[in-house]
This record gives sequence, structure tokens and C-alpha cells, in this order.
Amino acid sequence: MRGDPGNFEVLTPTSLPEALRLMSEAALDQDSPLLKPLAGGTDLMVLMEMGALQCERFLSLHAIDELRSFRPEEDSVAIGAAMTFSRIRTEAILREEFPLLCEAAGQVGALAIQNRGTLGGNIANASPAADSAPALLAYDAELEIVSQSGTRRIPYSAFHTGYKEMQLRPDELIRSILLPRKWKGCHQSFRKVGARAAQAISKVSFAGVLRISDGLIQEARIAMGSVAPTPLRCVHTERALQGKKLDFSAIGRAKEALFKEISPVDDIRSNREYRLRVSLNLIEDFLLSARK
Amino acid sequence: MSAPKKISLHCTVNGEPRELNAYPMARLLDVLREDLRLTGTKEGCGEGECGACAVILNGELVNSCLVPAIQVQGAEILTIEGAANHPIAAQVQEAFLRHGGVQCGICSPGVILAAANLLSHDKAPSEADIRESLAGNLCRCTGYSKIVDSVAYAASDLKGTRS
Amino acid sequence: MTILRKEGREKARGAAFYVDDIAFSNLLHGTTVRSSIARGCISGISYLPGVPWDEFTIVTSKDIPGKNCIAHILHDQPCLADGLINHPEEPVVLLAHPDRHVLEKARRLVQIETKELPAVFTIEDSLARKQVIWGADNLFKSLLIEKGNVDSVWAGADRIIEGEYSTGAQEQLYLEPNGMVAKADNLSGVTVWGSMQCPFYVHHALVTALGLQADKVRVIQTETGGGFGGKEDYPSVIATHAALLSLKAGKPVKMIYDRAEDLAATTKRHPSRTRHKTAVSKSGKLLGMEVDFAIDGGAYATISSVVLSRGAIHAAGPYLCPNVRIRGHAVATNSPPNGAFRGFGAPQSIFALERHMDTIAAELGIPPEELRRRNFLHQGDQTATGQVLREKPDMEGLLEKALNAAGYHEKRKAFAEANANPETRVKKGIGFSAFMHGAGFTGSGEKMLASVAAVQATAAGRIEVLASSTEIGQGANTVFAQIVSHALGIPSDWVDVVRPDTSIVPNSGPTVASRTTMIVGKLVENAALGLREVLRQSGRLGLSHTPSDFQQALSTYVREVGPLRSDSTYKQPSHIEWDDMNYRGDAYGTFAWAVYVAEVSVDTVTYETKVDHFVAAQEVGKVIHPMLAAGQIEGGVTQGIGFAIYEEVVNRSGRMANNRLTNYIIPTSMDTPRIQVIFAENPYAHGPQGAKGIGELPLDGAAPAILNAVSFATGAPIHQIPMTPEHLLRALHGAKPEGQQL
Repeated sequence: MRGDPGNFEVLTPTSLPEALRLMSEAALDQDSPLLKPLAGGTDLMVLMEMGALQCERFLSLHAIDELRSFRPEEDSVAIGAAMTFSRIRTEAILREEFPLLCEAAGQVGALAIQNRGTLGGNIANASPAADSAPALLAYDAELEIVSQSGTRRIPYSAFHTGYKEMQLRPDELIRSILLPRKWKGCHQSFRKVGARAAQAISKVSFAGVLRISDGLIQEARIAMGSVAPTPLRCVHTERALQGKKLDFSAIGRAKEALFKEISPVDDIRSNREYRLRVSLNLIEDFLLSARK
Repeated sequence: MSAPKKISLHCTVNGEPRELNAYPMARLLDVLREDLRLTGTKEGCGEGECGACAVILNGELVNSCLVPAIQVQGAEILTIEGAANHPIAAQVQEAFLRHGGVQCGICSPGVILAAANLLSHDKAPSEADIRESLAGNLCRCTGYSKIVDSVAYAASDLKGTRS
Repeated sequence: MTILRKEGREKARGAAFYVDDIAFSNLLHGTTVRSSIARGCISGISYLPGVPWDEFTIVTSKDIPGKNCIAHILHDQPCLADGLINHPEEPVVLLAHPDRHVLEKARRLVQIETKELPAVFTIEDSLARKQVIWGADNLFKSLLIEKGNVDSVWAGADRIIEGEYSTGAQEQLYLEPNGMVAKADNLSGVTVWGSMQCPFYVHHALVTALGLQADKVRVIQTETGGGFGGKEDYPSVIATHAALLSLKAGKPVKMIYDRAEDLAATTKRHPSRTRHKTAVSKSGKLLGMEVDFAIDGGAYATISSVVLSRGAIHAAGPYLCPNVRIRGHAVATNSPPNGAFRGFGAPQSIFALERHMDTIAAELGIPPEELRRRNFLHQGDQTATGQVLREKPDMEGLLEKALNAAGYHEKRKAFAEANANPETRVKKGIGFSAFMHGAGFTGSGEKMLASVAAVQATAAGRIEVLASSTEIGQGANTVFAQIVSHALGIPSDWVDVVRPDTSIVPNSGPTVASRTTMIVGKLVENAALGLREVLRQSGRLGLSHTPSDFQQALSTYVREVGPLRSDSTYKQPSHIEWDDMNYRGDAYGTFAWAVYVAEVSVDTVTYETKVDHFVAAQEVGKVIHPMLAAGQIEGGVTQGIGFAIYEEVVNRSGRMANNRLTNYIIPTSMDTPRIQVIFAENPYAHGPQGAKGIGELPLDGAAPAILNAVSFATGAPIHQIPMTPEHLLRALHGAKPEGQQL
């Protein structure tokens, strides 16, 4: 244990307004260290163990019931930011309409991690390898972000701006993740490529959604993890497919577009050569399977 | 900023109400091992990979190395020391002993609680279910075969006692 | 017979007592400050402000009362660096403090100033002496095994087939990290408790470094959460460090490595490189084998010389070849020292040989099983060291059992057809390996150890087993109890195995080399029989007896005569002859024999390999406890799966860069197949009830079987492990310029 728990202060609001007030006060007080939200702890506690936890003050979200709610509406569903992966993977509507998100949730770490890790935490940790990110991008997720000054919505695809950087002010919290209910009946697939079948950090991850009718691709969503500084919605690859017949030339063009739009690197878990090749294989495999 | 202070915590551990003082970010693992001297919960990695520190928190399996003390305020915790008084966990312990699920023993507390957690939710798990529900508990001795068998035996023993 | 694991209930209840569970009221925590460079000279040490340094106990090499070394075979490894640094995790300063968080802060405030020297990180650079970093030539040991005259066969051979194979470092990854508690003072000496395989190794190291009389040092094994070789030699380092701190502080000191430190600093399986040159006839007879086997020992000698011996002796496998030359080299590099890991060199050389045998079969167009069949060793044949096999191995029988159980022939055919279809994204393969493993110390090792084990009676009429062999999960306690129970005709519940404590138990040698059941178990059996003999001669026990007769006799004896203890000392069976200078003769008293079959799927989209099914067939003499024995095989195979396709130590300038469980990948329950274990029995005259050693065997065969299967599935020329997906991609497609993948 390389971090010292005695160094950290934790606030525990029991309501969202109280939490936002505390966040706002901390953001305004120049002398006070920043207040960082703490959800399931599955990332932050690891950093503390390593002695690498920079922040000194935390705002624990565990006592705020509102953040754990699941609210299906007619056109969309709202997933409370502090909803755990275990609940996500067993929620009937999500299983029915957003299977890629449920599959991703079921492949986060293993059960004990899924019982603690939250969707909002996965987003705000801002890792390019976040397991939920490709599915959220492929489903056109929006984030509902709140602060004392109000509520705003932002497409998830615009949220991450660089490696570990995001559009979130120090006084803001992610309240919920909104998914439009428009993907039923689409051809869709998720694939996490990790170093083993469970307890793995993705080396490459992929989510694809295709709406095909009259032999043409009406809508395409392709998103990947661990191939760029942020989780990446592959818009050029989508464009190469949009409105096209799903034939071999379309597949070839999609691969070319993907090749240009991802920028994988060598790191401790894998290398650029592998990530590039597997990315191309994954899109090809996805598109071939859609032809069947 | 004022220096962080220890907070007073109330929780129920293995059925007994406990009162503690701990730093809010203290790991539940250390609270159990050092403050309560419940040393059956083991530390294998400190980063949620190995599951040796797994306990059941409010009915859910968690890695106690990743749970900050402040989040167990008012919670119910089951550790391996309480397993003998838990009908399902006790049966799992017995099956592990009889069917070779225990070797060096360091992963056993976490594995047994993970298995008990599974059998609390699913009375007749398939082999694939068992393997998935134990995937967060690394074992270096058994190759998992006898662990999986032990869980399957425990499930059928429990079925016998229930019917 | 299957009895319950002796200490199983405590373990299942979380009541077993491991080193980190020890608490003393005045306990200090200890930590190690390490070098940050691979090789160089220390020019100074500074203690930066930020902690109250006067509260700390600080130990450097100047505080060592005895010899500054960790005593193993050689005395080359310093206990604490004194001027020179030879690897990036070299211990330089030790610190102790009551608060482990303050201690960690202090560790980061010790600054070691160094002048860096050029370093060596690979076997080839070390052999080429790019820098001489150890001794005169970087060689911890070189050896030569010669049989016949291999130079005479090349000219007349139908085919000469060459290959080069390599294996990576592998971490033992016992789930309980290394740790020790020491309590020392100048008057009474030092007591050390800890997680270990070999209490007398630790004892020897403490006596040497602390300069104490042997009776002033006491080593007690606590429950040990796995070892696999990783707690053979390294515990001596931590024990010595903890004892030095305790001696200076006058208080007990606990040193528990966290996982990151354990991964970075402790020993690994030796990386290896093996070159094969083999002469064969058209019909597939082995005519000559030339093998060049090299292992990377890291910065200090530790036990590399004996790892090299075992690896080299196993390099020619279970095959009869009239002309063999095996050269072996254990070389120095500036990485932390490598050490023992289950198999001890043999998994490395057997991987090379069994991949090479499949290559030969393919080149000759002979089925791989047929090539093996034409070359297996039989009774009366001579191994590479000239050992005449007195026992009767039945490799053909094991091969048939294993292949049939796996459905090998049908699957080979079905998979080949399915793989030929270009639409098949997941290719399937099946492959096998054939091998043997010598049990006990190599050559005259057991004779030199001259181990002792004992049994003694208690007044309550129970039997206690006294041995320094440690229970590390493998079931030593249970098997010893069972051996005594069998020898004396009493229930195993009446037998207690005394916790190894060097002040109580005799030195029955280290818990290594698949020797605990076969060698020490035999001593325990003999000691038990000796005790029975004393009872008989005293007239208290008849020639046949019931368990209660025995108990009666035992307690009467203790009451009327006094303590009853029977010791047994190892005597080498008369047939064993070994020439250590020339590597000729009986390398081992006996061998276990095995054929393993692996079935795999290889995903051609992601290059991931999954082992779908595994059959492990072996002859290990008499199986004493079938459940424990099967548990050993299943666990060993799973470590072999890790060795083959998952576990990679990323070495950057001598330092393990992936020293976290997130990045060093061992198999989970979802990565592990059903393992079908088959035992054939052929009792060995010198083992207890006929048992042979079993512990290391399963590590030898898994990796080559898996890689032979992957090669069958994909056609990839595979010469190295771990075969991670990244390596498989390279093996399949070579290094292509970017864009050509399109």
C-alpha cells in the first residue's frame, strides 16, 4: 500500500443539490484543493494503492440515490451516472435494446468490479480503453451534466477532447447518460480484445451498429477503444459505409477509412502493429457478418 | 484545508454490530484485517485483480481493497470468518474441503465467498456460469478444475438439503 | 485412498495463519530502498527532508555483522549493495518505522547517487561478452554432456534438421506475496517467521550474514500461500533484511512485499535459448542430436548452475539417440537474479525439443506420433547421460491412452478439413508433447544433502512427523500423514505433522525438485517403520496389530520408558552412480513419464489462442493421494498454459516494466479448460508405497503441446513463447509495412 489514506478528505453529500453546492464552493475557493467525485472507487483506489493519487479531496457519490436511478422514457433511456455495471447488464430494457452496452458491462473486470464500477465513473476516468465507451459512442449517447448553474447536454462523442481530457468543469457532475431508443432491429456487434477472457484491460475494442434496409446501409455507427488518445467514433469509416450497398468494395473502403482514422500506439499491453491489424480485421469481420 | 480526520463508522460484520474509527479513504481490507483483526481476508495485489480480499458487502461480492471505509457506513459485511454461520457459504466451505478446492489456501477465502455469492443467486449454475462468477478470483495452485467441481458439488448438496 | 487435507479446514475458514497475519504490539514495518540503474557504482546516499529521520531504523551494508552476502551455492550476491550495483532492483538501504505510510514516504526520500556503467540484458550479448559483468567471462556455469560421437553422423544422415527456440521469463505468482517477520537481539539471537519453501536455506543465509552461531538462529515457516520455486531462494533475502533491521532496532520487524515489489524484485523462471541440430534417417530414426542450451541467470549466480543441469539433462527428452552432444551455459545479465520455478530448466529445454520433434516430423512427412514412437526410450536403453533405464517406461502406452482420450486422430482430421475452408475464422488445432522428468535432486545432490526425517510418539498415543519439508499448498502434510498411517496401520487422523521450525525439526532438505513425497516421504515411511520396530522389540506390540493396539503400545511405551523418536537418514540406492565432472551416469533415481495433448482454438481476427481441452497422461509410480495428485497436475498444466500463451515479463533495461497483476497476465477460470488427468501406475522401489515425484512434471509438457496445436491450426512457424497474440500475428504475417494489411 503506497498511498496514505490519512492524506485524503472525503465529503459525503446525501442529495444531488448538496453535492452540487459543495462542488461549486470548492471550484470557487481558490485556496481549496479541487474536489473530485468518487463513485465505486475501482480506478481511484488502485491509484491510491500505487501511491499515485494526486487529488486530496473527494466527494463520495454513494449516498446520492438519484444518481443510481434508471429512467426509461418514450424516446430514450436515462442511466444514472452511478449505476453499476452489474445493474446495467441485467436491466431488461438495456438487454433488449442496447445489447452492446450490456455485453461491455459484462466484460468489465470481473463480477466484483462490476458490482462497484459505475458507468459515470468509466466515462469520467476518461481512459481511451474504457470498456463502455465504444457502445456509448455507437448508440449516440448524450451526457446530462449538472452544476449549480444548471443542466446541459453534450453528445458523448464530443466529451473527450484529448488523452484524459474532457468537457467537464470542476463544479460539474455527470448526472445521467441518455441513449436514444432507435437501434432495435439493427445489426450490431461488440468485441473487446483483452489479454485474457476476464480481468483484462482492452487492447482494442469495437462496437458497430448498422441499419440496413433495401439492401443499403441507411445508418452506420463504428466506434473503437484503445486506438486513439480518446475513445473514438470513427466518422470517416461510417461515411464510407453510409448509403452504400454492403459489398466487398464497401468493405475495402471502410477498412481504408479506418486505417486513416485510428492512431494506435505501442504500450505495455500491446503494440501499434497488432492494434492496427486487429482493428482492420474487426471491421471486416463485422461487415462480413452483416452480409449473412 | 483541515487535516483529514478519522470518522466513526457503524456497520455490521458477520452479524455483529461494530463501531470503528477509520480514515474515510482507509481500505475496507485494512479495516477488517487491522482494526477488527479479521485476518481471513487476504491481500494478493491491492488493485482489484486477484480477488483474495473479496467479501460480501450488502449482498454483493466486492474487492475489499477497493472499497473506501466511508462507503461502508451502515453496511452489512460478510467475511470468511462469518461463512460458517451462513448456510450457503458453510456448505461451500465443506465442499471445497472434500473436493480439493483448497490448496495453498490464500485465495480460498475470496473464492469461497465468490462461490457462495453465486449460489445465493443461482441454485443450479452451469460450468460456464461458475467459471464466469469466479473469474475475478485468481488461483495459482488448482488450475480451477477442483474449484469448479467443488462449487458444483456445493450446489447439488444445497439442492439436497433444500428438497 | 483420499483423506481430507490436513490443514484444509483452517484454510477454508480463513483461520490459517500466514506471515502477514502476525501482529506484535511493538512491531516495526520494514522496507527496501533499491537502485534505479541496472549497473553502476554508488557515489553517495542522501536522506532528503520530509520525514522525521530520527524515528527510523536505517540499515546499510556497513551494519552487516557477518558476511555481506545472501548465501546460496556461491556467495556472490550481496545482502545490501556495497559500492556496486548489478541490477535495477538491487537493495541498497533498509528502513524500518512503526507506521507503514510514513515508511513509504521515507522510502521515496532516500536518494542513491550513482555513476552508471554499461550493462548487458540478453543471453547473446552476455555470451558475446559485450561487457564482462560477472567473473571473467559472464558464465555462471558451462557444461557438456556427450554420448557416442555426434560428429560422425552428419555426413551419413538422410536429413539434418536445425532449429532455434526460445522461452521467456515467467513469474511464479504465488498468490501470497513474499514476506517475513524477524525478532532479533544480541543476546538471544534471531527468530524469523515467514512464507518459505526451505527453512534451512533461510537458516544458512541468516547464520552467514549475521555471523551468528547456528543455534542462535531459528526459522519458523508460517502457512505459505504458494511457492512454485519462487520461495526457494528469495526468502533468504527478505529474512536477512528483516533480521538486520530488527537487530538494529531491537524490535520485531515485518517486511511484506506488495505485489509490485514482489513482481519487480524477486526471481523468475530463466529465459532460455536452445539450438537444435538433428540428424535423422528417412524412416525417422534419430541418429544424432546436438543441442546448445543457454539460460539467462540475471545478475547473480543464485541456483542457476543447477537449473542449467536439469534443463540440459532433459534436453534430449524421452528418446533413444546413440549420439548426443548437449552444451549448456548459464549466463549473467543485469536483470534481477532468476531462480527456481517449477520444472527448473526442464520446461525450457523440453519446449524446444518437442517443437523440434514436430518440425522434424513435418519435414520427413511422418505423423508426429509415429516419429516419437520410433524413438522412445525403453528398459535397458541409455539416456543422454548414459543412464541405463532399470525401470520399464511405457511411453507407447501413455501415448495411446492420451491420444485416444483426446480423440486426437478424429480431431486432427476434422480440424484440418474445417481449417482449409477460407470462411473459417476460428481455426482449431490439436497437438501433443512427450516427455519425462527426473525426480529428486540431480546427480549426487541427494547424497550430499543426506536428509533426515523423524517421527515421534506423544503421551496421548499420537504420532508426530518431524521434517523441514514445507506445506505450500501441494499437500505435503496430508501425504506425510497418509504415509505414516499406511506404514503403521493407524488412522491418518492420529498423525500430526509438526510445523517446520529449525529448532525442532531435522533438516530433511528443501521443498523443491519433486522430492518431498518421493525422497522425504520415504524417510518418513522408514522412520515410522523404525518406530514400530522399537515397539515390537520392547514387547509392547505384536507382529499384527489393530490401530488401538498400536495406540496402546505407543502410550504405554512413552509412559513407562520415556520419549520415543525414530529418525531416518537418506541412503542413496546402490544403483545410482553419477559423475559430476563429466555429466555421466544416473542423473536421477527415477523419472516420471508423460504425454500431454492440447486442443486449441485460434481466432484469426484477433490472433487470440484459447486452450479448449487438455489431456494429461502420466506414469508417476504409485499415486498416493489421487485428488491431491490430480490437483498438482491440473495446477501445473495451468501454469504451463500461462507459460505458453499469456505470461510475458516485459524487460526494459533489466527492469520488469509490467509489474502489476493488471499487466502480467495469468489465466483466470475463464481461460482454463477442463483438464483430463490420467495416471498409469508403475511403483518405484525406492519411493514410499512406490511413489515417484510429481510436482514439476506438469509444467514441462503443456507449452509444447499447446504450441504444436497452434502450429497445426495455423501453419505458423512458432519458435518462441510466450506466444501472445502480438507474437502470433508476427509469426503468421511477418513484419509488413503499414498499409499492406488492407
